[in-house]
Amino acid sequence: MPALTKLSVLVFFLSVLLSSCGISKKETALNEKNQEISLALTTEPPKLNSIKSADAISFIILDHLTEGLLRYGPNQQLEPAIAKKWKLTKTGATFWLRTDAKWQDGITVTAQDFVYAWQQVVNPKTASGYAFILYPIKNAESINKGKLPLESLGVKAIDDFTLEVTFEKPCPYFLELVAFMTYRPIRKDLHQEWGRAYAADAETFISNGPFTLTEWVHGAKIVMDKNPHYWDKDSISLNRINIPYITRDPSALFNLFLEEKIATWITPALGSGSIKKALKEHLSLKKFETGAVFYFEFNHRDDRLTHNKNLRKAIQHVIDPYLYTNKVLGIAGNTPAYRLLPKWLIGNKKPLHEEYPLTPVTIDHKIARDYLARAKQELNLTTIPPLYLLIDDGGSNGSLTGEYLQELLNDVLGLTILLDKQIFKLRLQKQYQGEFDLTFSGWAPDYNDPLTFADMFYSQNANNSAQYENVHYDMLIESTYKTTNPKLRAQLFAKMQRILQEDAVIIPLYYSGNIYVQHPRLKGVRRSRTGSSINFSYAYIIPENITLTESNNQPEAMPETKKVMP
Amino acid sequence: MSYDRELPAIDKTEFLPYSGRKQDPIQRPSANYWQQAFRKLKANFPALISLFIIIGLLLFTLIGDKIWRVDPYAQDLTQISSPPSFNKKALVIPDKIHYQPVYLSNLEDYTVKTSSTGMSIIGTPTTQFIAFKWQPVAGAKGYQIFRHEYLPHGIDDLGVPLGTNDSGDHVSYLDALRLEPIDYFYSVIPIFEEGQLNQYSTIKITAANAIALGDAVGLGIIPKHQKMHYLGKVINLPAHPLGTDYLGRDMLARLIEGGKTSLFIGLVAPLIFVFLGLLYGGISGFLGGKADEIMMRFVDFIIALPFLLFMILFKVAFGIGPGESGIFPMLVALILLSWPSVARLIRGQVLQLKEMPYIESSKLMGAGVFHLTLKHMLPNVTGLLLVTFTFAIPSAIFTEAFLSFIGMGVVPPTPSWGSLCNDGIQTLLTHPHELIFPALFISITVLAFNLLGDGLRDAFDVKTKGERP
Amino acid sequence: MNHSSAQNTLKKYPLLTYIAKRLVSGLIAIWFIATATFFGMHMIPGDPLSSEKQVSPQIRKNLEARYGLDKPLLTQYGIFLKNIIKGDFGISFTQENRKVNDIIREHFPISALLGLLALFFASLGGIGLGALAAFHKNQLSDHLIMIMVILVVSVPGFVFAALSQLGIMKVNDLLHSNFPIAGFDGITYLIVPAIVLGLGTLAYITRLMRSSLLDIESADYIRTAKAKGLSNGQIFVKHKLRNALLPVVTVLGPAIAGITTGGLVVEMVFAIPGLGKYFVEAVQQLDYTVIMGTTVFYGGFLVITVILVDIFYGWVDPRIQVVK
Repeated sequence: MPALTKLSVLVFFLSVLLSSCGISKKETALNEKNQEISLALTTEPPKLNSIKSADAISFIILDHLTEGLLRYGPNQQLEPAIAKKWKLTKTGATFWLRTDAKWQDGITVTAQDFVYAWQQVVNPKTASGYAFILYPIKNAESINKGKLPLESLGVKAIDDFTLEVTFEKPCPYFLELVAFMTYRPIRKDLHQEWGRAYAADAETFISNGPFTLTEWVHGAKIVMDKNPHYWDKDSISLNRINIPYITRDPSALFNLFLEEKIATWITPALGSGSIKKALKEHLSLKKFETGAVFYFEFNHRDDRLTHNKNLRKAIQHVIDPYLYTNKVLGIAGNTPAYRLLPKWLIGNKKPLHEEYPLTPVTIDHKIARDYLARAKQELNLTTIPPLYLLIDDGGSNGSLTGEYLQELLNDVLGLTILLDKQIFKLRLQKQYQGEFDLTFSGWAPDYNDPLTFADMFYSQNANNSAQYENVHYDMLIESTYKTTNPKLRAQLFAKMQRILQEDAVIIPLYYSGNIYVQHPRLKGVRRSRTGSSINFSYAYIIPENITLTESNNQPEAMPETKKVMP
Repeated sequence: MSYDRELPAIDKTEFLPYSGRKQDPIQRPSANYWQQAFRKLKANFPALISLFIIIGLLLFTLIGDKIWRVDPYAQDLTQISSPPSFNKKALVIPDKIHYQPVYLSNLEDYTVKTSSTGMSIIGTPTTQFIAFKWQPVAGAKGYQIFRHEYLPHGIDDLGVPLGTNDSGDHVSYLDALRLEPIDYFYSVIPIFEEGQLNQYSTIKITAANAIALGDAVGLGIIPKHQKMHYLGKVINLPAHPLGTDYLGRDMLARLIEGGKTSLFIGLVAPLIFVFLGLLYGGISGFLGGKADEIMMRFVDFIIALPFLLFMILFKVAFGIGPGESGIFPMLVALILLSWPSVARLIRGQVLQLKEMPYIESSKLMGAGVFHLTLKHMLPNVTGLLLVTFTFAIPSAIFTEAFLSFIGMGVVPPTPSWGSLCNDGIQTLLTHPHELIFPALFISITVLAFNLLGDGLRDAFDVKTKGERP
Repeated sequence: MNHSSAQNTLKKYPLLTYIAKRLVSGLIAIWFIATATFFGMHMIPGDPLSSEKQVSPQIRKNLEARYGLDKPLLTQYGIFLKNIIKGDFGISFTQENRKVNDIIREHFPISALLGLLALFFASLGGIGLGALAAFHKNQLSDHLIMIMVILVVSVPGFVFAALSQLGIMKVNDLLHSNFPIAGFDGITYLIVPAIVLGLGTLAYITRLMRSSLLDIESADYIRTAKAKGLSNGQIFVKHKLRNALLPVVTVLGPAIAGITTGGLVVEMVFAIPGLGKYFVEAVQQLDYTVIMGTTVFYGGFLVITVILVDIFYGWVDPRIQVVK
């Protein structure tokens, strides 16, 4: 009976296969002996070329592989990195580079590497999405628009280890900027040799940071090893960061964590279901405020109904961020937002919101209906035609929020809201072409200064998709460009924030925060709101036999960024 | 020759049918194709049951909302993601949250101690909000507040970090973050300049199910004109036999509404593409020769397109305008990609029929195209059509569900069984009812149509070559 | 095809002519797929170059030039076709430094492996269960198998996948085993996903196997075998099983198509970095080149597979006439 034998051989083969995968235990969250950790990513980093990267995941990976003039240290404070000291003035900055900083092939990092990288960023041929972040540098914007040659960029290598920067306008937050990914150096010789393949694979990636890119299986796996040529390698304790999983599925990620396959993931955020499960398992939960703010934005173009201020005010007086955040969104970690600028932004000395408090809008349906009546009168309408709310299918609760707003405004004001749900790219396009009345949007800070938020409503800003135009507001923005005085700047930002509220430009909803889990024996993970949101460079593994309570003296809340001036 | 024997006399009665023992009928009662098929179908128990289930499902979606008169879009934020319930009760509380933050100066009776103890509840803890206060801790610059659903095991297990009080004399907290009528364990950790100490205190607070007065009026549970009468009383909440979803909407009502979408796509798309396929395949088969060859090549090309990939591509390409449900583009994409296999099937059948002697003779007798088609072709492909149609429904329903799963299905607020499944899959761990019910409806529908299809195939005795693998 | 000349050539080299004919029509089919994809793609109202941060018009122009979007649509179409002939699908929009060819080369083998495994499980399981059911016709095990088979195809794939993932966790909990629940690092990661993916085909093959075994029951050679005094088991294996397998083999061709493209649900739930998952993400990112490359590649793959399978049948079993 040959067929039957064949069948039984197959069955045998199958059972061996099945049982073998039950035994093999390849990944573990932590490997203390080898000082290795395993993590998961939500998506593959699309661009690891620092001059072109424009997304959060690429930034995170890059932050382990490259290093700029300054860096964020273990406690989120800015500290010297490639630059060992610097001088910041109103008109420019000078950086003195350390001589022992090396690329992974042993070649020294020089000032020319920075000059080349920065020129490439603003090179219109590069078409970098983050070129704007170099605009404080002299001529950067003009070069980027193709009006001036690359060489005119306000950055010079005086010698191999001295870098001189000239500003276009005063930039008190420039030290924050040079820690940013887009400001990282690149190697001219290899960039030209590899061409398009530069940073496309592990073989064509050159690192000058704490880790090197050892393996990169696209869409599946990333392995980073400690860089033996890194100048500060003694402060790095991990030998290897393994990223064997790339998945967007939140439940799969949480399951991988429960199975101790990963120590945490990039970037972790638990939904309410996972939080409940985590509580049941008595896992330690932590909170991280991402720094982003979410809000409804009105379309301010002339031909839109939402151009009418009273209509906007009517809607503003209905939406309660407290109710929305706690009951509708209902995910722990998020906090209701009553104003644009998040709590963590520093004004003069204290947080801006303490120095210049802003009374929240009162939620009152009667006031709202009065505004609506006035709006109808002004618009000469007996009923307001349907308004379109633009949302996308990304993971930021667009549908939920849209459906909530739809019912709410229908109930209270009798307004019809129609949802316009598009895939992300389509939504962006519609948003910038102004095909909406309201959008549900979020904005994450690029640097640690209120300007990163306030700038959005400047009429000259390309990101002002709602085309809000207010001469007074523009004047305030332009004033911040001219001064470095922290007190004056704080006043200006407070004024802008008040205008945004009084003019009902946006309706703030919540500041996003993530509840996350992390292996209890993994410590020293740095989280920040700008640049790379999570970093494992200084992470370390606590030996198994030591009780955990000692480590709890670490402040749970993240310390505010301190600005350093040596 | 004489005949000595006489022929027996034959009586007329001899020719009458035998009237004694009843004879077994040798032949079946005469029945046409349709009657035969129907008889076979009636004998097929699973198919028959399925037929009834399908009728039931159609009634459920078509007149379900006349019987279960709950608005599928009405949100109830007091009952978010609640499991099936019939007589849930709730305490009616005022709309405004009466809560004054407690500062050290307000509390003369508290003596300053070195560790925070003495947590106590402020007011009535309900699912609307829970407020509590604690004794201040000397030297603390703030407090961190946690919430757990189980008794904490230690300082690493205090639960969800809710928030932080930024000053040492602010010793109360108001929690309104989506509360359920269960026990909560709130813990407070004092924060010092140097960090935090390894000390915490915990209080157990049971939240009573509550509804705000305004919400109760809004939902029509209590009459508006005498609402104050109900304040502080316990009332019955509306029943949700299948629970509620993430915005507190009634699942049963949404399943009825979602069924309209799913069954609409599931029935209308196959109806149209089977018809198109019939038309195209019929013409192609009838014409034969070169025309047939060219027409069939085109069909081959479309069949060669990778179905799901093109489904996604077309769905995106057609776009969804603002306020549209997205049903139409899905329908068009489904029809565009599905008619060719039907056409191929019909064409094969028509080619076969054309060779039949009765067609030949009908032609010889001068029958026109119209007569041939109507009298001979159509009746003979009806069985095949019906079977194809029945099997096409489950795949259309599945396709809708799949597209919803990858976020390219119908657009909210329009529900469909597929999109309900997709919503439910996110909360599978905690609120399984949100996935199970819509998944069950899809499964039952698909099962019923599959079984009915099997039954019909046997009844009409057709061989469906193009059945999906 | 009643042309006598064609028939003459067919008589001489039937298979070769047939293959040539099929290949030509296959090429036209691929052209059709490419065209449909190209124009379908350009119908999408969105802009693949839009991003969260707005760029200057100069940069936009450069980006458009980089992807050839600045040229008229028909020119773009021409370039697209020319590149397909060269086997070059261009560079990705989201991963500017990766070629679509590389993306396909890296991700497709995983999908193919998953598909093959699924097909393997489906045919093995289907043949086994179908034979079992037919052998125990109208007994309890037959009914159980048939009920299971019909229930399995009634659950949406993604629900089944999510539930099975939960199932693995439960198993791991109970047995302290370590079955992978997601990701891809070797063939063991594909076992459960492949089973989930193959279930539909398994059900279909089971039913087909059962019915074809029952059809054979009354064949002459079975009666002969019985008359010769062969045992039931011998008859079953030697005569019935072999002959019943034939119709099963014929459905494997279309099944490949179903399974390779159907894999994307499973790939998404189990985080398997196959081409299907990549495709869905590319659509969400409006990554024109990846979408077009993947679709054309898949289409071509399916066309060629079907041709190969057909030819293979003709070679394996002369009773199946490939040359009509």
